Amino acid sequence: MARYDRAITVFSPDGHLFQVEYALEAVRKGNAAVGVRGTDIVVLGVEKKSTARLQDSRSVKKIVNLDNHIALACAGLKADARVLINRARIECQSHRLTVEDPVTVEYITRYIAGLQQKYTQSGGVRPFGLSTLIVGFDPYSGVPSLYQTDPSGTFSAWKANATGRNSNSIREFLEKNYKETSGQETIKLAIRALLEVVESGGKNIEVAVMTKEHGLRQLEEAEIDAIAAEIEAEKEAAEAAKKAPPKEK
Amino acid sequence: MKLDTTGMESAAPVWGSHNELVDEFSAAPSFELPNTTDFDGFQKEAIQMVKPAKGTTTLAFIFKEGVMVAADSRASMGGYISSQSVKKIIEINPYMLGTMAGGAADCQFWHRNLGTKCRLHELANKRRISVTGASKLLANILYSYRGMGLSVGTMIAGWDETGPGLYYVDNEGGRLKGMRFSVGSGSPYAYGVLDNGYRYDMSVEEAAELARRAIYHATFRDGASGGVASVYYVGPNGWKKLSGDDVGELHYRYYPVMPSTVEQEMVEVTGA
Repeated sequence: MARYDRAITVFSPDGHLFQVEYALEAVRKGNAAVGVRGTDIVVLGVEKKSTARLQDSRSVKKIVNLDNHIALACAGLKADARVLINRARIECQSHRLTVEDPVTVEYITRYIAGLQQKYTQSGGVRPFGLSTLIVGFDPYSGVPSLYQTDPSGTFSAWKANATGRNSNSIREFLEKNYKETSGQETIKLAIRALLEVVESGGKNIEVAVMTKEHGLRQLEEAEIDAIAAEIEAEKEAAEAAKKAPPKEK
Repeated sequence: MKLDTTGMESAAPVWGSHNELVDEFSAAPSFELPNTTDFDGFQKEAIQMVKPAKGTTTLAFIFKEGVMVAADSRASMGGYISSQSVKKIIEINPYMLGTMAGGAADCQFWHRNLGTKCRLHELANKRRISVTGASKLLANILYSYRGMGLSVGTMIAGWDETGPGLYYVDNEGGRLKGMRFSVGSGSPYAYGVLDNGYRYDMSVEEAAELARRAIYHATFRDGASGGVASVYYVGPNGWKKLSGDDVGELHYRYYPVMPSTVEQEMVEVTGA
């Protein structure tokens, strides 16, 4: 029993929690994930490593449902993610049972973040090595939300965010190009952001879309390819337009 | 489910053996049982003695404008009237009311506790708890104390995002959603008047008068109900106390004394 009292996450002399920072490193090595909030839609996109030929791709869905109106994508240790997702799913149902109300996005984010924090302050455990992007709609007001949590247990709401590999470049891109969008425009923005760091193609990214009416919908590879092609075309047109005026002079 | 293990401990525990802290698994509260011949009967008798017969009349109903809640104010211990001025409508928070029937202490304590939980919910979630949620919290608590002698027959009435809400919750852990409820020994009489006069689209004054009359009639016939008939209204802006009338006065208001002719009036006999 005494062995389990040994805390693994302890302060360093200059006030750092190294285990938490190492966990953030693990996140930084994970697949890129991006989330964008629109006025009536929320989009999650994740980088997909090319699946081995013999692997059944349906078993490696990276964007999951926590409840009918909440979805989650993450970057980092996938095994840790599975545990966290299961606990969150149980909490969603438990909330429905005790208060006869679906959870709000903020509530379940707070729960997941609280869980991640608990594992930074307990004996014999290590922090969860993942950051999550949680999206959903408020059950009554219908307002869409996007939240992010990280291994330290902090969480905050975002209009658009990215985590995982190259998240800084994606975030920069989003900061430059974000504007209030809805429907298809939001999907395009999310895919454009992800394509900044991922090779183009439907087979390298997984995108899911959530609306209030239809819940979570995973986009087909063909759909993603089509949108990616649109984005390419728009990019080329923009390039051409830039080159054109000087010629006219 | 939290099992009630109080009946499963050994029938004759040794006095002074403290096993409260040892077991990690049985977290249910327990008490030491006395040595007695009729073990099963004793338990039932004890519960019956502790459980007062819910001598009271409370009622609540939903109508077009909101929820009307009314109650009497008599507390009785058997045949003795211990108080005529008990507050049986408990203010959980500015937009939710609870009624008291059964054990006064149980109702007061658990309503207060519910108010605390509702406030914590508000602080944590930045929004008010629904009447559904509040009544469910109370019902879950009462269910976990099932069989331990709590006596609570309460109605939770309030106004939330979805409009007016009314739930009946009791010490068995039962919870019912409804439009009209009356609880207590005087409830049959109150139901008679309430069910007869109820219409969904009444005005606030009409509904208040209906509630007042129902309580009055219950106090008239039921010995365990009496005192003051309080009427509260719960609307979109919270609850408001509308009236608190002594039922004795209500009686003469509804049935004023008519001077009737007597056959032979008695005349004062002047001194010789």
